[in-house]
Amino acid sequence: MPKVLVLFAHPRLEKSRTNKALLRRFPKHKDITFRDLYELYPDFNIDVRKEQALLTGHDIVVWHHPFYWYSAPPLLKQWIDLVLAFGWAYGPGGTALKGMSVFQVLTTGGPQQAYSSEGFHGSTMHEFLRPMQRTVTLCGMNWIPPFVVHGTHQLGDAELERSAEHYALLLTSFAEGRTTAEQVAEKAYLNDALPLRTI
Amino acid sequence: MSGFLGNAVVYLGAAVLCVPLAKRLGLGSVLGYLIAGMVIGPFALGFVGQEGKDIMHFAEFGVVIMLFLVGLELEPEMLWRMRKQVVGLGAAQVALTAVLLGAFSLLVGFYQWQAGLAAGLALAMSSTAIALQSLKEKGVMHTSAGQSSFAVLLFQDVAVIPILALLPLLASGSDHPTPGSHGLGTLSGWQRTLVLLAAVAVVIVVGRYVVVPLLRIVARTRLRELFTASALLVVVGVAAVMEVVGLSPALGTFLAGVVLANSEYRHELESDLDPFKGLLLGLFFMAVGASINFDLIVSSPGLLISVTFGVVAVKILLLAIIGKLARLGPDQNMIFSVGLGQVGEFAFVLLTFIAQLRILDTLWVDTLMAVTAMSMTLTPVLMLATERVIAARYGPQERTGREADAIQVRNRVIIAGFGHFGSTLGRLLRANGFEATILDNDSDQVDLLRKMGFKVFYGDATRHDLLEAAGAREAEILVCALTPETAPTLVETVHKHFPDLKLLVRSRNRMDAYELMDQGVLHIYRETLDSAVRMGVDVLKELGQRHYSAYRAGQNFIKYDQAALKELAAKRRDTGDYITSVREKIEEQEDLLRKDLHHDPAHGDHAWNSEELRDALKKA
Repeated sequence: MPKVLVLFAHPRLEKSRTNKALLRRFPKHKDITFRDLYELYPDFNIDVRKEQALLTGHDIVVWHHPFYWYSAPPLLKQWIDLVLAFGWAYGPGGTALKGMSVFQVLTTGGPQQAYSSEGFHGSTMHEFLRPMQRTVTLCGMNWIPPFVVHGTHQLGDAELERSAEHYALLLTSFAEGRTTAEQVAEKAYLNDALPLRTI
Repeated sequence: MSGFLGNAVVYLGAAVLCVPLAKRLGLGSVLGYLIAGMVIGPFALGFVGQEGKDIMHFAEFGVVIMLFLVGLELEPEMLWRMRKQVVGLGAAQVALTAVLLGAFSLLVGFYQWQAGLAAGLALAMSSTAIALQSLKEKGVMHTSAGQSSFAVLLFQDVAVIPILALLPLLASGSDHPTPGSHGLGTLSGWQRTLVLLAAVAVVIVVGRYVVVPLLRIVARTRLRELFTASALLVVVGVAAVMEVVGLSPALGTFLAGVVLANSEYRHELESDLDPFKGLLLGLFFMAVGASINFDLIVSSPGLLISVTFGVVAVKILLLAIIGKLARLGPDQNMIFSVGLGQVGEFAFVLLTFIAQLRILDTLWVDTLMAVTAMSMTLTPVLMLATERVIAARYGPQERTGREADAIQVRNRVIIAGFGHFGSTLGRLLRANGFEATILDNDSDQVDLLRKMGFKVFYGDATRHDLLEAAGAREAEILVCALTPETAPTLVETVHKHFPDLKLLVRSRNRMDAYELMDQGVLHIYRETLDSAVRMGVDVLKELGQRHYSAYRAGQNFIKYDQAALKELAAKRRDTGDYITSVREKIEEQEDLLRKDLHHDPAHGDHAWNSEELRDALKKA
């Protein structure tokens, strides 16, 4: 069965209603590993060897983080800079991650309509995620569209619960091999590729 | 000019001239005072001396205050912690020296074993003032030699009491009754012992149940000088009472000190009396210098010189044997045995008592007094020689072949002091490819570091010639990891001789930091700050805080605390006051804690706070 590694990065989880809710329903599953990066490396001193060993022991990587400034919190960027090393993850001989898959789980205050050419932000989520996408493909990994929780400031408790449930079922589905990277590659959002009622 | 003013000018003038000179020559302040005394004494310039006995009497009060402070500093805990060393080294030293010197004294014609033993006990004492001061000035208190010396001196301090109690028993053997000038004169030996024990009991009871409550009342008036006056009154009072009953004032005040050591006023008494101690001890040493009986030396120089050298040689030899058994390295043992080789100020006390009891005749007491003074004079010279011998063995110039070219390599960093703090720092640098030149004065340590391939200079890091030899002129950074007592001296030297050297100084706490700030040091590292904060951060984590938030809180606290330190330092300068007493330290602590109340670490921290964002959006 594919093994899923969730790398969670939030610098102030205690103040995040949405992510606390998402983590409350996080599935306990033998093939899903959860790593809280800010809890592990508050001093940003990442144990590169250990992170690399963890990566090679898994098949699907999930970067779970708030969508800060169209990007990720600094510790995740630090993680990418250090762990995806030249000659290991990319470049000559850098084939350690070949064939793996990556997707992002994002929380953002803006509603889905804001992320379009006519919307407030003027670009789609997919366009904003280009650098991440290229990072993933440069390492020979498959890019899977993101699971996004939009409009977190307006989300009611019930809707938030549904998102959390959706996220949990999604992870389990990947971990049990019911969903593969190929099946969902074409969609803009993972949310749409695997709507809650289908899984 | 009246006699008093004239004398004061002579004594103070001599001290002001001779002490800095002696220090400059590396002889230490004690020798400076002794030389000053000799110079103004009746046998050289003759400014003073006719009244020598009076001055001596007055100056002995310095010893009395010192013993009070020794008593105050005598922590039962520390005694317990060092019990093995104190009892092992100390008892061996006192017993062996007393017996051996006593036996010798019988050979040179003492008529009774009691006299021999009494003289032996007096001569077994080393000088706390000289030994500790020299060790401190050289900054070697923390080495094995320093600790062993401290243990022996501690034992001697305590041993004086039973010795003083024992001496009357030794006198009972002789059947010359003392003329009844003192209250005790007509009593027999065991009666005196009883009286002495009774007096000890009285001091303890009165100290605990009268003096401490009295100090409490005085402290409440919040008049600093009144407290100082009370402290002096306690010392003078006890000394006077002891004198009336014919006991040693030094013993009485020592006891009073021990009794008050357990009171809450211990540190205040200490800081209030300290300047008096320094001044009077200086006077004491000058008086000793002035009272050295050069006539006696001239009339029988052979005897005096041979006795002095004999006594010092026997003491050093026995100490060296004890040090060897205690597994001190050869160099440490040399510092230990030579440092304690002199006869100490306790001997003056004991000899005076011995004379009173007529255990020894006046000529011998005078001779031994002179021997004591001469041996004290000898110590700094011997210490200096020892230091030179060790220094010659360890550099500063490294002579062995392999290192001959290493000396060409000028390191960019010099680390002064390679204890726990300095060595950690040095290891970090070394692990990152930077070799530092190390200055340390612990010969054991130097041995080891040389073996590990460090470039080490042995000696006192505060001396500019050593710094020069270590390459301070070419180096860029000097890390000072010396003790807070010696660090300011190094700072001064560096500011004066190597102004271009960047100085990074560790300090133990806020008080040390203030002193360094006053000296204009820009980079001060309180060793207690970072580890305390780190530990606090871990406690926050254990309490369930997110690790990164706890980490940020810790980092912010360090910034906040450093700013608070600067603020308090400025305030302190405004009042022009130095923090000396415990009361003021507590007041400052209170200030700081009150400031903390207004400091809300989370206040103004909007970072990644989506709660705040949501609330703001709702309102909009």
